[in-house]
Amino acid sequence: MTSPGAAAADTFPALLESNARIRGGRPAIREKDYGIWQTWSWAEVRDQVRIMAHGFAALGLRRGDKVAIIGDNRPQLYWAMVAAQALGAVPVPVYQDAAAAEMQFVLDHTEARFAMVEDQEQVDKLLEIKPRSSTLETVVFRDARGLRHYTQPFLHSLASVEALGREHRKEHPGFYEEEAAKAQGGDAAIMLYTSGTTGQPKGVVLTFDNVIKTARMSVELEGLTERDETLSYLPMAWVGDNMFSLGQTYVAGFCVNCPESSGTVMQDLREIGPTYFFAPPPIFQNILTQVMIRIEDASWVKRRLFHYFLKVARRVGSDILGRKPVPFGQRFLYRLGEALVFGPLKNTLGFSRMRLVYTAGEAIGPDIFDFYRSIGVPMKQLYGQTEATVFVTVQPNDQVRLDTVGVACPGVELKLDPSGEVLYRSPGVFKEYYRNPAATAETKTADGWVRTGDAGILGRDGHLKIVDRAKDVGRLRNGALFAPKYLENKLKFFPFIKEAVTFGADRDYATAMISIAVDAVGNWAERRHLAYSSYQELAAKPEVYELIKSNIEKVNRDLAQDPALAGSQIKRFVLLHKELDADDGELTRSRKVRRRFVAERYADIIEAIYSGKASVHVEAKVSFEDGRTSTLKADLRIADAATAGVETPAPALVA
Amino acid sequence: MSEAHLRRIGETVLKVENISLRFGGVRAITDVSFEIRKGEIFSIIGPNGAGKTSMLNVINGFYHPQDGTIVWKGMLRKQMRPHEAAATGIARTFQNVALFKGMSTLDNIMTGRLLKQRGNFLTDALYWGPAQREEIRQRAVVERIIDFLEIQAIRKVPVGRLPYGLQKRVELGRALAMEPELLLLDEPMAGMNVEEKEDMSRFILDVNDEFGTTIALIEHDMGVVMDISDRVVVLDYGRKIADGTPDVVRANPDVIKAYLGVSH
Repeated sequence: MTSPGAAAADTFPALLESNARIRGGRPAIREKDYGIWQTWSWAEVRDQVRIMAHGFAALGLRRGDKVAIIGDNRPQLYWAMVAAQALGAVPVPVYQDAAAAEMQFVLDHTEARFAMVEDQEQVDKLLEIKPRSSTLETVVFRDARGLRHYTQPFLHSLASVEALGREHRKEHPGFYEEEAAKAQGGDAAIMLYTSGTTGQPKGVVLTFDNVIKTARMSVELEGLTERDETLSYLPMAWVGDNMFSLGQTYVAGFCVNCPESSGTVMQDLREIGPTYFFAPPPIFQNILTQVMIRIEDASWVKRRLFHYFLKVARRVGSDILGRKPVPFGQRFLYRLGEALVFGPLKNTLGFSRMRLVYTAGEAIGPDIFDFYRSIGVPMKQLYGQTEATVFVTVQPNDQVRLDTVGVACPGVELKLDPSGEVLYRSPGVFKEYYRNPAATAETKTADGWVRTGDAGILGRDGHLKIVDRAKDVGRLRNGALFAPKYLENKLKFFPFIKEAVTFGADRDYATAMISIAVDAVGNWAERRHLAYSSYQELAAKPEVYELIKSNIEKVNRDLAQDPALAGSQIKRFVLLHKELDADDGELTRSRKVRRRFVAERYADIIEAIYSGKASVHVEAKVSFEDGRTSTLKADLRIADAATAGVETPAPALVA
Repeated sequence: MSEAHLRRIGETVLKVENISLRFGGVRAITDVSFEIRKGEIFSIIGPNGAGKTSMLNVINGFYHPQDGTIVWKGMLRKQMRPHEAAATGIARTFQNVALFKGMSTLDNIMTGRLLKQRGNFLTDALYWGPAQREEIRQRAVVERIIDFLEIQAIRKVPVGRLPYGLQKRVELGRALAMEPELLLLDEPMAGMNVEEKEDMSRFILDVNDEFGTTIALIEHDMGVVMDISDRVVVLDYGRKIADGTPDVVRANPDVIKAYLGVSH
């Protein structure tokens, strides 16, 4: 728990100082490097940050500067953030997989003079940007590999910066402490660029108070302590990582673990066995898909055991987790299942010790949610935004439900405006969009309420339910409600569907463009001895069309149950010849569909669907990671799906 | 090629002189000479059956040529056994992946350290004291290679379960574990897709750049060869028909004839 000393600290450098004092010997951060978990204690982290800050000062970092932070989750990048803050500069984490052009926007907009990056990949991007950018002056890199022949004078290895820092500290002892003491709770602490499903990204300015007060609230709410462990594997540019790996860590004093590489996250998860874990629904879905694929390959006995006990778990597991009464016999069977199946399974996945598991970002499928909760993974949903420093609502442990995102967090006020849009006010509410007063005024009212842009329903029990983006909810030509996201989520709950984009606003009926999940469909095809050599070929197979069609028809039957939504059943669909991709601008970096962009890009397909054609020819430009592009051509088949009978005619207007 | 790279290319480390190799009546290689310089990427190309792999086998001592000599690091030799080649700093990979399929990536690369390991039968058998320390030391070297080749995620996976492209990378790792001065790569990109080829090209360039390893490779993909090589030798029916920088070789009429044929 937080001590009085830590409670008084209201900036990251101050929190670091108090952690080094209170729990100096406890692990603060780990990284797997050369196959071994390397650990730094809080005292060591304090020393590292100090030296780095001195080094940055020696290189000329000044109060008010912005420091771009680019790379995978690495201890040194987190330290650089706090070192920058100690000098009164503002760290700006940037999505590490962004192409050079996207990165340039952020660098130019912040007028960043400094960048702290991980390796050659990022250095190369910055070298490409630099001639076109007027402000970037200094680049510090962590990994020297491949950079030996780079002779640019503005490139510095972290090792050399640390050497500079030690020298600087000798000459100016106490400089770090003086500078760090100048920071105030109301100062800008971090700037995060929201991916923005429309228009240019906006720089959300969060103050120390925003981050630390929200972190303190959530640490208390969930009872996080210095004994917790978490894995930091989500992009540093995403607000969640700043809350989990920086805010909450510094407040509660627990240990953050950085994976060896992005490819080893699942293995590292297993080795660390975190107690506190966050993942967006697609990751949980991937893990579940992998489990199911491997169970299908397991021996007959294991398969039967697994399916039998999973049935038991689905019956009573969630009740046991929610501490509800369960008959003795069932409880005994569940225990047996825990010993034979769930326990070993959780151990294999690295879920054994988890006591707080969040998921958020989009709707989670009922199958996925039930699966994890039934085997005893205490998963729950939260609803948050960058502008709120994450936390708006969280599900209390005894009120975990699939259809809501929980109740307002302590200190958060919620309300709906007449159109149904959700608004909130909290200590976490951001200061402003950087250099964009118009957007700030549009989102944040004078008295501190923030418009979420999400349409929601606030239940009598205080639970919030999110339906769709407010601006995306539309109507079919006959007046029936059309909530595209709702349909897409229902579709994406099937393991064979990776992404779906639905259309229907101001049309006669609803239709869908679908990109298949190549892992799951590929596996399915292999079991049926269907040969294919590429994504495109797989997606064009008539058998795959039948498979997806059966999924869509199941969604239609579900929709038919709800009079409000029965009118928006999907009548026609097409399987895309490629995956929707952020590099092509079809998804945001956080993998949300940019619906309008997709609608423009594939206007031909949409027209063909609605004009009743059986196929359509498309040519799409695809971009590769290195920035090259090529053209993909394909003839796509358009298929019909059966709609289920609607018992009551769709009402013209539904609130 | 960058200037920095060109500056690093040094003197001749391997000199092949008038090599001829026959299998009974079949002339695999006829009177071929060339030089490999320290720090360069050197390629041998040619149509199927031109004698490329035979040439590589001659260099690392697997075949013994009937005529000609090889000077390796200033030492003249007519016959050398493969293990002698390995001990003096020549490592290689094979056209058909030759890994221990049932062993993990890590163990496979560890086998590359065998020649560098010290120890005796007793301490090794008991895994005690110095033997344990020795293993840790060797493992540290192997971990650097794993990091270098970005194969951390498959460290503990049996190589038989890996896709072909990754197996090739593991094989490169095992060869690198020998810390060779000369690395012979027999069709490192055969059977790979475009992305795997790009990855492998980058690793070959990185190995050359980072460790200064001299690399001699055989490859069918002309695009790749011309992109990454400092110098190229072209064989056709066991004879050398061209020798020089990629640009020179590309313009050579004999090479064009050997590859594209000629109309009569």
